[in-house]
Parts: sequence; C-alpha cells; structure tokens
Amino acid sequence: MPRITLEEVEYVAQLARLELTEAEKRTLTEQLGRILDYIAKLNELNTDAVEPTSHVLPIRNIFREDEARDPMPREEALRLAPARHDGYYEVPRVIE
Amino acid sequence: MEFEVVIGLEIHAELKTRGKLFTWTANEFGGEPNTRIDVITLGMPGVLPVLNRKAVDYTLAAGLAMNCKINRYSRFDRKHYFYPDLPKGYQISQKDYPLCYDGWIEFDVNGEVRRCRINRIHLEEDAGKSIHAEGRDDVTWVDFNRCGVPLIEIVSEPDLRSPEEAIAYWRAVKEILEYLDVSDCNMEEGSFRCDANISLRPRGSQEFGIRTELKNMNSFRFVQQALEYEVKRQAEILRSGGQVVQETRLFDVERGVTRGMRGKEEASDYRYFPEPDLVPIEIDEEWIERIRRSLPELPRAKRLRFMEQYGLPEQDVIVLTGTRALADYYEAVAQSCGDPKAAANWVMGDLIGFLREAGRSIEDSPVGPEALAEMIRMIQDGTISGRIAKEVLEQMVATGKSATQIVEEKGLRQISDVTQIEAWIDQVIAENPAQVEQYRSGKTKVLGYFVGQVMRLSRGKANPQQVNALLRKKLDQQ
Amino acid sequence: MSTELPLYHRPAHELSAALRRGEIGTVELARAVFERIRAVDEKLHTYLTVTETIGMETAAEVDRLLNRGEPLPPLAGIPIGIKDVICTRGIRTTCASKILEPFVSPYDATVMRKLHLQRIVLTGKLNMDEFAMGSSNENSAFGPCRNPWDTDRVPGGSSGGSAAAVAAGTAIAALGSDTGGSIRQPAAFCGVVGMKPTYGRVSRFGLVAFASSLDQIGPLTKDVTDCALILNAICGHDRYDSTSADVPVPDFTEFLIPEVRGLRIGIPQEYFIEGIHPEVETAVRRAIEQLSEMGAQIEEISLPHTEYAVATYYIIAPAEASSNLARYDGVRYGYRTPNAEDLIEMYRKTRGEGFGPEVKRRIMIGTYALSSGYYDAYYLKAQKVRTLIKQDFDRAFEAVDVILTPVTPTPAFRLGELVDDPLQMYLSDIFTIPANLAGLPGISLPCGQTREGLPIGMQLLGKPFDEGTILRVAYAFEQANPYHRLRPAL
Repeated sequence: MPRITLEEVEYVAQLARLELTEAEKRTLTEQLGRILDYIAKLNELNTDAVEPTSHVLPIRNIFREDEARDPMPREEALRLAPARHDGYYEVPRVIE
Repeated sequence: MEFEVVIGLEIHAELKTRGKLFTWTANEFGGEPNTRIDVITLGMPGVLPVLNRKAVDYTLAAGLAMNCKINRYSRFDRKHYFYPDLPKGYQISQKDYPLCYDGWIEFDVNGEVRRCRINRIHLEEDAGKSIHAEGRDDVTWVDFNRCGVPLIEIVSEPDLRSPEEAIAYWRAVKEILEYLDVSDCNMEEGSFRCDANISLRPRGSQEFGIRTELKNMNSFRFVQQALEYEVKRQAEILRSGGQVVQETRLFDVERGVTRGMRGKEEASDYRYFPEPDLVPIEIDEEWIERIRRSLPELPRAKRLRFMEQYGLPEQDVIVLTGTRALADYYEAVAQSCGDPKAAANWVMGDLIGFLREAGRSIEDSPVGPEALAEMIRMIQDGTISGRIAKEVLEQMVATGKSATQIVEEKGLRQISDVTQIEAWIDQVIAENPAQVEQYRSGKTKVLGYFVGQVMRLSRGKANPQQVNALLRKKLDQQ
Repeated sequence: MSTELPLYHRPAHELSAALRRGEIGTVELARAVFERIRAVDEKLHTYLTVTETIGMETAAEVDRLLNRGEPLPPLAGIPIGIKDVICTRGIRTTCASKILEPFVSPYDATVMRKLHLQRIVLTGKLNMDEFAMGSSNENSAFGPCRNPWDTDRVPGGSSGGSAAAVAAGTAIAALGSDTGGSIRQPAAFCGVVGMKPTYGRVSRFGLVAFASSLDQIGPLTKDVTDCALILNAICGHDRYDSTSADVPVPDFTEFLIPEVRGLRIGIPQEYFIEGIHPEVETAVRRAIEQLSEMGAQIEEISLPHTEYAVATYYIIAPAEASSNLARYDGVRYGYRTPNAEDLIEMYRKTRGEGFGPEVKRRIMIGTYALSSGYYDAYYLKAQKVRTLIKQDFDRAFEAVDVILTPVTPTPAFRLGELVDDPLQMYLSDIFTIPANLAGLPGISLPCGQTREGLPIGMQLLGKPFDEGTILRVAYAFEQANPYHRLRPAL
C-alpha cells in the first residue's frame, strides 16, 4: 500500500493551489511516498506523554501598545501589484 | 409532525481599537480604498505580526461580561484558505485555546427570561473586501482597509429555539458589547455581523437534525427573515420525508429566500496549526481582576436595578437603558433632581424628541444632565410651570443656555402673585358671564375653560395650581 | 600575516583597522570588491543583484566621514553582501524565485537597518536556493552558484551564494539564513566561518519566512573575529518580532581569547556514524585532539534522538513553509501568470509556474502533513519528537559547555550529484538540523581540507544565548591553525 496515492497528490495540490503537470504528479507521488516512508520512522517513538514544542523559547505575552501611525502611501504598495484599477488591486473574477 | 427549531449563532464583532490587531495602521472604517495599509496588512514577504494588547483586554472584557471562563493559556493558530482579500493565505485566528470559553448570557423574550450558553469567544483578524467590479464581469477589485482589524467571534451553543429568540439573543450581545464600549456594533458598516446554524428536530427528540449555515448577515430583519424561511423550508423537506442537505446558504434579500452556495463547496480543510510568529498568552488572576474591575454595569443588571431603585415601569427602563450613554445620562438627572419619575419623563419624552429634531444624540446633547436637573428643580420649586418648561427645554437644546438664563431672558418665571392672578380671574369672570352661569348651575366642567383663559392672559406664566384654587374660590363664593 | 592578500580576501577587522589608519580608502576597497565581482562572478554566480551604485555612494560617504575624523562603527565601509532572502528597501528581493522576480521590497529588514546604521557598503543580493530550500544552491531559479574551491562542485545551501562570495572575495562578509543548516553547511563547503545564532537572538523581521520556528539570520565571514563583529551589529531585541528574545547582548569580541583550558567539550557519539566521509571524520577527530591538547576537557556524550531529527525537520519545516508561501498568490506583488480566466486558475498557474520543483515538493509535503486527518500523525508528532531532541541537548549541556561535531557527513558534492534524490539530499543535513530544532547557537568553521583540496568544517554548538563560549572555542582553534587564511585559487 503506497503511502500516498496520485489522487491524494491531486487533492493536496488543489488545496495548495499548485498546478502540476501529469509528469510532476507522478514524480511527486513517488518522491513523497519515499519521504513519508522515511518520516514514518517517528512512529518508533512513543510520545504519548510528551508535550509538543512549537516555540523553543519560553517567551510569553509579547504585545504592541494600541496606537495608530501613518499608513503606507498607497502608490508605494500598488506599484508592486501585477494589476490594479483606480486604487484597487485587480484580480480575475471570483467564481462562486 | 411538530418540529423544534434549533439555532446557534456565530457573531462577529470588530473591536474599536485605535490600531489594527497585529500592526500599527489605523482601525477606521471607510476611506479611499487601500489607504489603511502597511507592509504587515498586505502580507509582504518577511513581515511579522505583533499582538495589540488592547484587543486582548477588550476580548477578555467581552468574555467576563458574558460569564465566560478565561483560558490561562491562550494562543493563535493559522487558518488557511485562498481568497484575494486574505493577503497571507491564512487568517490568524484561535482554534484550540480561545481567550474565553464556557459562558452564558440571559436575555428577555416576551417578558420571559432566557439563557443562551456561549461556547467560546476568540480573537482573530478581519479580512479585506472583494468588490464587484462595476461594469465588468471578468475582474474583481480588492480593498485591504478592513484587513487586519481585530474581530471577536462569539460562538453560542445551539440553545436558541426560534428565530425570534435568536434575534433577542443577538440584540442582547450587541447591547453588552456597546455597554462595554469595545465595539461600535455598526451593522451597516459590517462591524457587527453573524452566521447562523439552524436545524429542526421532532419535538421531544434529543438528537440534533442536519443543519444549514446562513452566512454573513448584518441586519436583524434579514436574519429573522432568513431564519423563518429556513424553518419553513426545512420543515417542508422533513415532512415530505426528505433530508436536509448540510450546506452553507445565502439569504437573497430581494426575493426573501435562502439558496445554497454553488461552487465553493470544496470541503473546507483549513490546515490549522499554531502560529509560530506569535508567542502564547498567559493570563493571570491579576489581569482578569483588572478587567473585571473595569467592567461597567451591564444592561440587564441595570434594568433590574432601575426598576427597583427608581420605581420605573419596565417599558420606561427598556428605553432608558437602550444605550449606556442614555442610562448614565438619565441616572445623573434622576440623582441630581431627586425625582426619578420626572427625570424619566423629561429624558424619554421631550429631551430625546428635541435632540432628534436637532439631529443630535445623547452623547453630544447641548443640555447636560445637570442642566436638565436644574430645569426640573425649577418646576419643583414653582419657578416655572411644566408647560413653560417644555418651551424652556426646547430653547436649551437650541441654544445650549441654562434654564435659569432662558427663564430670566424671556421673562418666563411663573407668576404666583395672588393679587395679579386674582386680577386676571376677575377679568375672565367679567368677560364670560354665560360660562359663569353654567358653572353655577352645576356644570363644573367649565372650570377648565376658565383656567385656560387665565393662562392665556398670563401668557402661560401663572401658576396653574394657584389659578385653579383661586378660580374655584371666586366662582364658589359669588 | 595576510597583509599580502588582495583587499577582497582580507577579513573585515583588518580592513576596518586599515581604513582607520588611512592605509586604504573605502572607495578603493569597494572598487576592489566590485572589480572582483566583475572578474569572477560570471563563473561563480554568487550574486543575483549587484548594488554597485548604492555601494559606491556609501563608500564615498564613509571616506568623507573618515577624512573628517568622525568616529565610525566597526563595520563602516566594509563591503557586505546579503542573502536575497532578506528584504532590502528599494532593491530587488527575489528569494531566487521566479515568483518574486519582479519584487522590489518597500521596506528594510531590521538587520538591514542595523547594518545601514553601521554604514556598511552594500554589495548586493546573494544567490541561494529558492526560498532557502536546499543544500546545494542548485534550486536557484536564476541558475546555481558554484563552489570557488572547485567550480564543478556545489557551494552548499541554501546560503550558497553567501558562503561562496566570502570565500571568493566577491564580498568581505555576508549575511545568510539558517533553517536546517543553511549557513553552517555552505560555510563548511566553502571553508569560511558561519554562525547560526540562538533562535530569537537576531530579529526575523524582514527575513522572508521559510520555517518560522526554525529560521535565523546569521553571518558568514572569513574568520571568527569578523563573525563576532557582525553579531555585535545584528543581534538584539526587536519589537517588530514577537519571537525576538529580550536578553542582553554582550560585546562578542570579548570572547575572542585563545584559551580553552577547563572548558568541557562534548562529543556526541551519534554524530560519528556510518557513511561519514573518512577525511571528514579524521579532520574533526584531529580538531578534538588538538583542543584536548590545548587544555579542554573532552567528554563523550549521547544525543539519543539524533536519528529522528531529519524526519522531524522534514515535517515541521515544510508544514510551516507551505503556510508561509501561501501569500505568493499573484494578487499584491510578484509574478502573476498572464493566462488565467478566473481566480482559481490564476492561483494555480501563478504558483505552478512561479515555484521551482523543490519548493513545490515542500509545499506538497507540508500541505499534506497539515491536511485534515493527518495533523496529529505528522505535525503534532514531529513537535513532540522535537521536545525529545531538545531535552537531549538540555541534558547534555548539564555536563558540557559546548558540543563539537562535524558539520556535514561529506565535503562539497558535485553539481547534479544529488539533484534527483531529494531524500538523500535531505539526509545530508543530519548534523545541522538538530540545532535548529532545539533553537541552539551553532558555528561552523574550517578544520582541514581533503586531499583534493576541499574544505572541511567542524561545528560547535552552545547553550541558548551562549554564542560567546562557542566563539571562544572557535577563536582558540582558529588561532592555532592556518585554515582561515587559505583562499581558493580562481
């Protein structure tokens, strides 16, 4: 039983909004399978009583004070945009 | 078959902090598109969020006001989905450790007390806005001004049993947030909106039926209509032996119906994981106590107290506690003038009316509570009559002057001089022999006519009680 | 000493002293480096963007200040290159990716602000693996960078351009970023010094995120003294980075004493494994012996969960990466596909065309590991094993002051050698990954050469925020050896 199927690769690519060629899908199915096989090594360890680490540092409660400073000039932002219209960012239509 | 309606609400309220949740740009509604932006709001490569402390304070206040427990350890998670108004491809939200959980509020429906449990209140960032491009159907425009504004999501348990109850609950939440002064709750601007989950089950059943979700509603009326429509729709399906489809539905305002959302039904897979760019929040007793101490009296408690302490009828109290500003105003007037009922009548009646005509609210009333109390005291001590007071108050609203000033300037002081009043009475009696005849033949109702005539002569300034007493005396004597 | 070396081959601290003594001029120095770039970079491709105009302007300004006798910070006038993963205001910041090819950053990273305060001469943006994902620099969308010691070989990665530039003299020093060894491994392959500071030591604001809980910016330099100088400039708390630690920053140059007597150095048995290149093992063992002779106390230690580090890393890093790279969607900046009818198609094509194969692979692994039903089995599991790995180090550091290991199992490999075998490529990071998972500081410094003349590196790991002690050991070792004075013949 492979760790990951072509259908799963397609599902994940859709979630990640990545267009893949058929060749890429096949290669990825094979490579991801091998990588996941290797990762399965972690199952050798019993971690039931272990706390997860998401931060290595014991830092807590970092805040900014509530203030309002000058925004970024709109032109500075919009000139980076691939497409714009009249102060807006423009994207191809959203199909719902 | 009899069905029971089961409704749960997810209420979103934007917090009125000065800056955004994770950055410094102003949290303000409106403005030209993309003028409330910065590198963090836009999710530029390399930027990092830093949490606005005030937003946490506000969320805790909301939680405490709604009887929630506070998580001593709280954190943020990333919720992933692609949408053009969501710059990072994820929303920073809270999944496993919301700031507040397990609360409840009580509210009244048709004079009965209801309780709705609150599952959780968490803090997250709002998204920007996608705007339909005018005159073009091939593109969409995006404005990031709203993006990153702090938003709390208040998730109720499915405790609501009718659309009416859902609305009452929603109103109660709105009122609490307004009292706390943590949200504008401006439904038109979208700073207060809700999603509703609704299902039906046979009355008496303990299991929940299949629910549908109604998204993004921001009007009490539409929510009620949408929920009522769903109740009917689901009941018809169930009665005909069908099955409700679990889905998200949108309310079509124009046609008054709900319809399933097409397309977007890729089962949501948000890939939550703890936000590594933020550190956990630890909340100690001291912090909670500080927030608790800062809480104002909440609307429901205030209503009960007003009824008891000031002996006011419930209907009046509901009006007077409609907003915290109005309640505070009323209370200041009542305490200062010492007559809660008079205070209630003047605030609810004439003051609000005059303010409305002047296009003002209680917050920017040109007549402060002390000024109104002074005017009421002038009625109490007989300086002016109630009728004159109406005129005085109108002038106060228009000019901002004090009652004393207006009474002096316009010579409105009430006349209680017996000799003067008797002179007017004599004149009226002399001018109206027919009515005098009627009175003496037993038609004492005409007394009112005489009073009116005397008041007219005095231009309203005669003390009405005195006029009454003196008139009777004269008419009965002769 | 190395005074006979051309300017571009000399370390920053020497150049800084020479500038102050008036022996050389800043413009002269900058010109030497930019000429060096013109001379060798066609072959090496250390740069993606050269900022000669900006650099020369600063150089002239520093000369003016020097002439006026104004006091200047230690790095003033030093030509420094920046890995193209760090945002530089007004300058292209591409992360070696097609998807950011047109991106000119509207802001400076915190480290850039700090370096500009020092008045460094910015030479440009250095080549790297796309989005810092890779161990060979072959994943650059704009072509690989090559190892100056042997141009058929890789410089390592992902900060390959940074390491190669410092070795080849196309920069005096450089900044890189290290998520799983991306500073230390290329430093070892190119025979330079590279330090990954403690997580939280250097602000990540403006570092384009790969894996947020692992990323850290650090210096690549010609010797340990330069490393300390750059650390002095870039470390410190930043209120724009919530994960930046508010701990005091010492003057790191105070640790530069050639003395290791009494220091306890731990040698983890798990780092001398089968498959390690014999010449690498020999060089590292010789270094251990040498330090022992110098008076350090050598202790055998065990880090039992080492063998799980790569698997742990290859869940956490791709998971975070899949999330961090979600923002490249063609909406607000960067590349957008020219052929899309609707939004979903725009996303899929922009990202499909904009990302290279390795980045796609990691996005796929990470998205999979976080997707519905797999979170506990992968991400949560990895975070738990991460705890075990961290605990290994906590325990070890109760008994020792620093830990000494090889940096890589092999010296620089050939271009194309591992490109078709991603798993094998991942396994080459086995000695550097644990420090990222545990958040520890680590330095890589040259400790020998193979018979073929390829550099070999050794790694020193320290306790959190104790960069000082590893600098001290590194400095003592360096001063007793010739390796930091070797330069590749190009």
